[in-house]
Amino acid sequence: MAGFNKVVTSYEDAMAGLGDNMTVIAGGFGLCGIPENLIAQIKTMGTKGLTVVSNNCGIDGFGLGILLEDRQIKKMVASYVGENKLFEDQLLSGELEVELTPQGTLAEKMRAGGAGIPAFYTATGFGTPVGDGKEVREFNGRSYIMEEAIKGDFAIVKAWKADRYGNLVYRHTAQNFNPLAATAGKITVVEVEEIVEPGELEPSQIHTPGIYVDRVILGSFEKRIEQRTVRTA
Amino acid sequence: MALTREQLAQRVAQELEDGFYVNLGIGIPTLVANYVPDSMEVMLQSENGLLGMGPFPTDEEIDADMINAGKQTVTAIDGASIFSSAESFAMIRGGHVDLTVLGAFEVDVSGNIASWMIPGKLIKGMGGAMDLVAGADNIIVTMTHASKHGESKLLASCSLPLTGAACIKKVVTDLAYIEITDGKFWLRERAPGVSVEEIVKLTAGELVVPEHVPEMQF
Repeated sequence: MAGFNKVVTSYEDAMAGLGDNMTVIAGGFGLCGIPENLIAQIKTMGTKGLTVVSNNCGIDGFGLGILLEDRQIKKMVASYVGENKLFEDQLLSGELEVELTPQGTLAEKMRAGGAGIPAFYTATGFGTPVGDGKEVREFNGRSYIMEEAIKGDFAIVKAWKADRYGNLVYRHTAQNFNPLAATAGKITVVEVEEIVEPGELEPSQIHTPGIYVDRVILGSFEKRIEQRTVRTA
Repeated sequence: MALTREQLAQRVAQELEDGFYVNLGIGIPTLVANYVPDSMEVMLQSENGLLGMGPFPTDEEIDADMINAGKQTVTAIDGASIFSSAESFAMIRGGHVDLTVLGAFEVDVSGNIASWMIPGKLIKGMGGAMDLVAGADNIIVTMTHASKHGESKLLASCSLPLTGAACIKKVVTDLAYIEITDGKFWLRERAPGVSVEEIVKLTAGELVVPEHVPEMQF
């Protein structure tokens, strides 16, 4: 990994340095655009006591859901977690702590974390349980709550294409939280479907500039579909 | 007769305007997309990062990287754009979405809405609902007027934890179209064949009933 060659060739190298009790920010929405192999690597490593920040927690047997199987997640920060039974069981038994965060606030917390903004004010959640205990300020006659930024020890990201500089583009709605997660990790690891030569990605079309990215690995993906809905042609 | 889910969606669709950017929640709100008049162009926003959501794909078109906020496979129309979740919620929080339609458990005379959490039952999360109600000026809530047990969902004060405070001005139920202003419900329309008395009986919060309450037109 010399100079600007961020490409690593094994998942062991990709996730090297991840330790117990760290915070991991993961891109993805439902099962769309999740770093499925990096998650599987965390399972293989058996890292415990993790705080995981992601919009959702996968499903039973796939995505972040597999990290529940060996109780690797201590705390989950998410906007919606209704899709897995194991999650429900561990939440009800008190083994798992969950911090439900409005989706836009979650996205902004990651963005702020990556942009060096420690906190921000938002109307979202004011007057609801989300606002309990948070600082309230009024601007132009409206009340806003203060939300703090999130930074991760690691960010794990799924992109479509990368070059060795770590420049990234995402495919369709598999973008979602990925570019935000990418900015907010002390170490940002990206798995991609294709690694291209520098110059092949049009500079003005790059979604995540390589400065945010530490490691890139080429993966192959199952891309499981959560809700298969079709119309008849 | 109380409105069917399809009729509810149809009534809400009458609130659409040509050139609107619209976010439709899960459930009945999603059905509104089926009743956009042919003469009108609206852009559907899906908060996972898609503006210009199209119909479900055919079997051949299906793509795991192309989903909506309900995690269903969808398509994008010509003219669509795709972006990050932060960009998506900048649109929502910044008040750029013209109309938001979502469901609820309860609404009260102060315009409070409860739609995400029933204490004692499993709490799955609020998703984007809190951002949507805080960011939009023009919100329509669609729900049944009363629970299966006949308990009103239009209350003096929400009993469940709120999704948003003082943000709802319009409610379309299976019985009535109601506006919220000055700390009261105002009965504007009734479902065809539904009496004012029936609506009054099933509305727990203060309801102002004008002399003439027209039936909804379809």
